[in-house]
Amino acid sequence: MNAHNSVSRRALLTGGLATGFLLAFHLPLRAAANEPVQRDVTDGKFAPNAFIRIDETGRTILMMPQVEMGQGTYTSISAVIAEELDADWSKVEVQHAPPNDKLYGNPTFGLQVTGNSNSIRAWWLPLRKAGATARAMLVQAAASQWGVEPASCTASKGVVAHAASGRKLGYGELAPAAQGQTPPKDVAIKDPKDFVLIGQPLKRLDTPDKVNGKALYGIDAILPGMKIAAIANCPVFGGKVGKVDDSAATKIAGVRKVVVLDDAVAVIGDHMWAAKKGLEALKIEWNEGPNAEITTKDIWDDLRKASEKDGAVAKSDGDIAKALASGDKFEAAYELPFLAHASMEPINATVHVRPDACEIWTGTQIMTRVQSEAAKAAGLPAEKVIVNQHLLGGGFGRKLEPDMVVAAVKIAKQVDYPVKVVWTREEDIQHDVYRPVYRDQITASLVDGKVAGWKYKVAGSAVLARWLPPAFQKGIDIDAIDAAVDAPYDFANFHVEYVRAEPPAVPTGFWRGVGPNNNVFAVECAMDELARKAGKDPIEFRKSMLTKNPRMLAVLNQVAEKSGWGQPLPPRVGRGVCVQPSFASFIATVVEAEIDDIGEITLRRITSVVDTGIAVNPDTVKAQIEGGLIFGLTAALYGEITIDKGRVQQSNFHNYRMMRINETPKIEVIVVKSGEAPGGIGEAGVNAGPPALRNAIYAATGVALRRLPIDRKLLAAGKKA
Amino acid sequence: MHMATTLTINGETKSFDAPPEMPLLWVLRDILGMTGTKFGCGIAQCGACTVHVDGKAVRSCVLPVSAVANRTVTTIEHVGSTPAGAKVQKAWLEAEVIQCGYCQSGQIMAAAALLAATPNPDDSDIDAAMAGNICRCGTYVRIREAIKHAANGQS
Repeated sequence: MNAHNSVSRRALLTGGLATGFLLAFHLPLRAAANEPVQRDVTDGKFAPNAFIRIDETGRTILMMPQVEMGQGTYTSISAVIAEELDADWSKVEVQHAPPNDKLYGNPTFGLQVTGNSNSIRAWWLPLRKAGATARAMLVQAAASQWGVEPASCTASKGVVAHAASGRKLGYGELAPAAQGQTPPKDVAIKDPKDFVLIGQPLKRLDTPDKVNGKALYGIDAILPGMKIAAIANCPVFGGKVGKVDDSAATKIAGVRKVVVLDDAVAVIGDHMWAAKKGLEALKIEWNEGPNAEITTKDIWDDLRKASEKDGAVAKSDGDIAKALASGDKFEAAYELPFLAHASMEPINATVHVRPDACEIWTGTQIMTRVQSEAAKAAGLPAEKVIVNQHLLGGGFGRKLEPDMVVAAVKIAKQVDYPVKVVWTREEDIQHDVYRPVYRDQITASLVDGKVAGWKYKVAGSAVLARWLPPAFQKGIDIDAIDAAVDAPYDFANFHVEYVRAEPPAVPTGFWRGVGPNNNVFAVECAMDELARKAGKDPIEFRKSMLTKNPRMLAVLNQVAEKSGWGQPLPPRVGRGVCVQPSFASFIATVVEAEIDDIGEITLRRITSVVDTGIAVNPDTVKAQIEGGLIFGLTAALYGEITIDKGRVQQSNFHNYRMMRINETPKIEVIVVKSGEAPGGIGEAGVNAGPPALRNAIYAATGVALRRLPIDRKLLAAGKKA
Repeated sequence: MHMATTLTINGETKSFDAPPEMPLLWVLRDILGMTGTKFGCGIAQCGACTVHVDGKAVRSCVLPVSAVANRTVTTIEHVGSTPAGAKVQKAWLEAEVIQCGYCQSGQIMAAAALLAATPNPDDSDIDAAMAGNICRCGTYVRIREAIKHAANGQS
């Protein structure tokens, strides 16, 4: 995506007071909880920009432009600001920022969005400058009080000092005077060698309240007079409500109201139990519409056919036709299924529609879009829509969509009290916005044991064309081919195409790991098959084509050593490698797995070496890789949403399985020291698991799987590819 | 029909009206306003709703409230006042187990019940006690490590 920096210097330095605080919002975090921010924050406080508030006690509140959904960004972003601010880390508290693209828009997207593993990448410089600017104003305030040159003062841990005279003033004492200082025009930021917070495994700010039930997620919103609604969306994609007989439902104790929408029916009750019982007691006739016969097979038939077409050319280096005409030719197609997100916090939104305003309590990755879409549904201007952000009980891309809030607004419009709409797990899985099916075809030629030509065609849904239309240019979805055009290897003749193929009926969206999930899988599967064709060890084969990529080569060498690559293994045990350049991080992973005689898989060990540039919080980087691997491996082992009669066939965790602790092997993550700019990390581990496991299975059994999830039937003893 | 129910939750007596078949989960969350116990699946597949009844880990999403009358219920809000619960909470923070945290109320309740019954669990004890709790963020490696630290009193 093109960088589009919507955070102007003026917005950084002068905004936040007028706009950011017109909306009182409650703050379910750390000590700031239950203490609404007052409009008049400048009185006795230092508020130099949209991100920093210091009061007279030195309490330092940092406003979070990115949302916390487990990836640790509240702690990492705070460390980045506090580093340049030279704040006292023990006094740092965080608050969710209110919706405001001008103040808090992600510099990469121009929208207040958390996704694409880019929170740190996007904000790295703007937030360091915001911190450094505030620090300079505090130093100026002290220097002016002491009648000395600012350059003769130092700042550290929330205190400005003048060494020559031994004088010191805390940031709290300086706050009122600092507020009157003129911000410096161009402020210096630190040399990374001087970092004291960045690079440290600082304890997370959000976790103490997550061990005792105090942390508030959207689903935990409680308001005076609030009722709970359960919802039934039309089971067939695109279908509508026909007739509803609510005579039995309304007799159930605790049921308050039945709300019929265009494509869904909701029952409002005193509690979720009454609402659910009420919903079960409804007799609903659906107008199933044109999608009522669609099956997964139809969708795959369509995609396979579409994928045979020529695509839009995303990249073409060298002479691909000539390169493919010579050498030993290889062709393969890799296929990936629909996936649901299944965050542990089921979809929910709480809404109170009043005559002059609409107030929302939810956890979302896209606050301003929630605000604007809710405004349309409520028939109000956006500024009359108040969005109270919460912690997210997982996001994984599902909460980049505003649909659940729009539906909740439509329900809440019909009553005068606040309504919390809670989706059952079944609704959550059957009415998701799914990771698209993809078909990735790779054609390559081998000459002298190396890839001479590489043609890679991706076919699948263009999520960006729907979600961010301006980013969809010349028929190319830059997400779907992200790690296809960015392959790490020396391919002299290198050609990438994209065929847009939208599945009928099934809505598609971003899913943790996004485009690189399909790309890294296809590239790394093909590389293993090519290595075997060339008669080479998979790691040696890759290394021979990483001559221009020293960071990737270094992590690959290290993972080979740490994983015990090459050491003897028992029969039907294999090691598989994955190399990936996704999200500007360089990662090499080895999975060791055992396949029993009936094709069941046991993960034995995982080793991952990560060069993500400067690791703002190395422990968070490790945690994200550990968790990302499990997320990706869950998909490889179990993940598939199938469609029959226009309906999703899976419904809950018994048939949409998740990996569990008893299936989880030892995972070793090594974070390489680096001075490079930070890369993205929240999704990278997801990319690594499936190809590394698939390649371990290939090594153990000789079966070259080309579809996910893994089909155990193909792996029973005696089967060969 | 609704009926008056009295429960002992976290050492306090609570009285409320609820249908007898109403799961304890929704009583806690929607009647008593105790939101630390989480809804995840509604069919005892994920463990997010785990509470203790007479010290044992149970899934409150399928447990009718009538089944816990006259029994002692402990939730995440109070588990820190038990020795095993306090050890688990401390170990969880020291190992920095938590990511999104939504499942962790249930994980901590399951781990605290395990340690109360089995002070020095081995890997298979941990698997047996914790396999019913799904973590979508994939914090399992650290959960195992934190349980061992809590058991060894290293935290």
